[in-house]
Amino acid sequence: MSNTTLLLLLLLLPFLGALAIIAVGKFPNLRESVTLGTAALVAILVVITATRFLGGETFALTVSEPIPGITIAFKIEALGMLFALVAGLLWVVTSIYSIGYMRSLKEQNQTRFFASFAVAISCVMGVAFAENLFTLFLFYELLTLSTYPLVAHSGTAEAKKGARTYLLILLGTSIGLFLLGILVTWFVAGTITFQQGGILEGKIDPAWAGLLYALFLFGIGKAAVMPFHRWLPAAMVAPTPVSALLHAVAVVKAGVFSLLKVTIYIFGSDFILRNDVTGMLIWVAAATILLASLIAMNKDNLKARLAYSTVSQLSYIVLGTMLASKSGLIGASMHIAMHAFGKITLFFAAGAIYVVTSKKLISELNGLGRAMPVTFGAFLIGAISIIGLPPLGGMWSKWYLGLGAVETGHLLLLGVLMLSSLLNITYLLPIPLRAFFSKPADGEHYTGIKEAPKTILVAMIITSLTCVLLFFYPDPFYQLAVLAAGGQ
Amino acid sequence: MWSHLSLLLVIIPLMAAPVVAILPPGRIAWLVALLVTSTCFLLAGMQLWLILNHGLVNYEFGGWSPPWGITYRIDAVNALVALIVSGIAAVTVPYALLSAEKEIQKHQIPLFYSAFLVCLAGLLGITQTGDIFNLFVFLEISSLSSYALISLGRNRQALTAAYQYLIMGTLGATFFLIGVGLIYSQTGTLNMMDLAARLPEVTGLKTTHTGFAFIMIGFALKLALFPLHLWLPNAYTHAPSVITVFLAATATKVALYVMLRVLFTVFPDGYLTNTPANDLFLLSGVIGVLSASIRAISQVNVKKLLAHSSVAQIGYMAIGLSFASMQGVTASIIHLFNHALMKGALFMAVGAIVYRVGACRMENIQGLGKQMPWTFGAIVIAGLSLIGVPGTAGFISKWYLVMAALEQQNWLVVAVILVGSLLAVVYVGKIVEALYFQPATSTNLTVKEAPILLLAPTWVLVLANIYFGFDTDLTVGVAERAAQALGVLVK
Repeated sequence: MSNTTLLLLLLLLPFLGALAIIAVGKFPNLRESVTLGTAALVAILVVITATRFLGGETFALTVSEPIPGITIAFKIEALGMLFALVAGLLWVVTSIYSIGYMRSLKEQNQTRFFASFAVAISCVMGVAFAENLFTLFLFYELLTLSTYPLVAHSGTAEAKKGARTYLLILLGTSIGLFLLGILVTWFVAGTITFQQGGILEGKIDPAWAGLLYALFLFGIGKAAVMPFHRWLPAAMVAPTPVSALLHAVAVVKAGVFSLLKVTIYIFGSDFILRNDVTGMLIWVAAATILLASLIAMNKDNLKARLAYSTVSQLSYIVLGTMLASKSGLIGASMHIAMHAFGKITLFFAAGAIYVVTSKKLISELNGLGRAMPVTFGAFLIGAISIIGLPPLGGMWSKWYLGLGAVETGHLLLLGVLMLSSLLNITYLLPIPLRAFFSKPADGEHYTGIKEAPKTILVAMIITSLTCVLLFFYPDPFYQLAVLAAGGQ
Repeated sequence: MWSHLSLLLVIIPLMAAPVVAILPPGRIAWLVALLVTSTCFLLAGMQLWLILNHGLVNYEFGGWSPPWGITYRIDAVNALVALIVSGIAAVTVPYALLSAEKEIQKHQIPLFYSAFLVCLAGLLGITQTGDIFNLFVFLEISSLSSYALISLGRNRQALTAAYQYLIMGTLGATFFLIGVGLIYSQTGTLNMMDLAARLPEVTGLKTTHTGFAFIMIGFALKLALFPLHLWLPNAYTHAPSVITVFLAATATKVALYVMLRVLFTVFPDGYLTNTPANDLFLLSGVIGVLSASIRAISQVNVKKLLAHSSVAQIGYMAIGLSFASMQGVTASIIHLFNHALMKGALFMAVGAIVYRVGACRMENIQGLGKQMPWTFGAIVIAGLSLIGVPGTAGFISKWYLVMAALEQQNWLVVAVILVGSLLAVVYVGKIVEALYFQPATSTNLTVKEAPILLLAPTWVLVLANIYFGFDTDLTVGVAERAAQALGVLVK
């Protein structure tokens, strides 16, 4: 298979899968086979692509040129490869999970659900492989729109309200600020193609560069930097598989990924470091890390707590990005992968608990661990990975982020990172501990409760074992992260 | 034959109109109208092709050369606008068959098609002519027929709406005529090219300024430029659905064309920027975008909501023109084209709902998205184009408009354009939410998808919205040539 075909297939396959899902929507078993088949195929193709890419091959494709100089074009570089790899691999796991989840809860409109999901993955691939800001923006917006029906899935008043917040904040920031940033970039630089080393050197007064960077930082609402983070907790009304893949992996990572792309390939890390473009803005990320952690501590709803934890963790990536030093960028890129595997495990566990017991609140989980040891075991592993302790993958990204802070002389930021790790411990670890060691509330008995259906368990076990594996073998992601940061 | 092309474009619908009027009630009138409009579309396409490949066309009536005779002078601008007008007419007529049968009394149908053709002839005449008095004649032809068409709407409010439009439209036409008279008194000619040659000598005179002001205000009324837009929402809301589609996509576009023509071809370079006119255009554009978008949000009638949105879109075009730069005028012309596509598609889809449900207030359309998936899809995609999401024609408009504003370093306008897009998210979202997320009322549960004859034309326009989001050779390429042809200074 030629490289261009491979690239095209990765972009189109999920979309074609969605059409097939709609076509066979009346036959649930066939429909789920289509989902699984497509997802598996995408996972295989993305691994093949990654192997070839690391072998030094190039992938590029230009589709059309709507405005002279502005093309819809794709080109694979290290960062995009990393993002596509994470999303492609986790889609197939989530598909296994969603089938068990949706069927156990007898959810309505499952065809729409699986079809929208597949379309969203196509959009993620488009974001990951975009060769310029226009293409990236196109798929960024399509991703928002295709996930809207997923957030509003249940159709209740609460879901509709959440979906409205979701759409308004994401479209609002992207049209009002992100698009403006792109337009200004095009206006001053005459190009919006991603280039190693950036395109703004000598084109913009460094004093204004900070303002332009702020347009991107706040305009890319999917990165959930405060004060534009409200959409993420609002999106938690979606079914858990959606929260798991889209709002812990695909959508939010599309945000931080876009910001990384802009930082590395539009501004260029040299330009940022030399002119101190992000000097003040970096504190917005630091504040988001701490504030979101503090809010998370006060949330009793499990999914809400995980959502705020995501907000906080995303700002780790944003912070590493804005440090713009080599270690900072490596840490940020690796955290895209590490946080994805950790957080998806946590969401899977939250969904499993809901499927079996219909419980949403943390305070109701006392003693449940003995009835559902696998679920809470997985949760524990995911939590430790997020906190960043060995022997789990999450440690590596935090290591490099810390190194980045030291490298650039931001010792106060190092303090923020350490403090936040402590906060992570206080809001994540009590959940499995409570489940394993506390006594159930009076009158509660868990004798009748068993683990969640097999597909759910399988998905959870795969992701939690991957967290462990990534500690001993972070190599593929590390290599890609180093390449993205401009090293050898 | 080729040399008569430009004339045929106007003459064919004009001659066909009385013939259609005396046809018996039934579908034969429709068939003739269909034939005429598709011929016009074909001719307009050929005309544009000729212009793009062979340059200007000059046609002298009866061989009388100017200044004695009337000439048609066609360049890239008129050719493009004529193509839009006849193209929209060609997709509207197939749509009209069922929609008109539903909304208009049977015995009036031949008259309806007759008036429609007269209106088409008038609009095409305005775009084709090179004589400013002749333009007034065609303006009256198109206006009078559109008053009649609007009044055919089935509820009685259509009559007041048509009357309101009649008053405002006549005021506009009168102002225009007064303006033309004043200019004529100073220059002694009505031919646009001669005017362009003679006006520079008299631009300092108060009479010329007054004439200019009268012409501009006259056409601002026809264009429904804020704050002279008050007739538009009612007229669009209560007219038969087909007529709303046709007028929304063509009438205001033609009015904008006349403005561009007068501002940049007839009046000398720099006239716009040396008078307060451009500031006034900018001001009314900016306030128009914001106030009309906000008004749109609070509407409960979908047609009225879209009508207010049209006023906002006209504001964007006014902003582009006020810059008096290549980029700005190009952006206006691009938006003129793209807006015809998106509003055409939206009003058609709403018309399909009216066809099935009989009304289009928010409470009437609840939950119809599931019952009418194709109509719903059309509204979503055309709505995204209206917002300006990338991948649609609307994005191209916004891109060029913002670029034009950046070129002027006018950050306020950049902000207004983006805020306008956000407000569009809200009002398009309102329609989508009512259609898809409100539970269907019991009467709406049995509603079926609209017939194919309504869906096909709608989707032609919807797909055009996507197509012109990716391939902009026709829109941007021609718009740039059009801006040059108008005589905008390249800075």
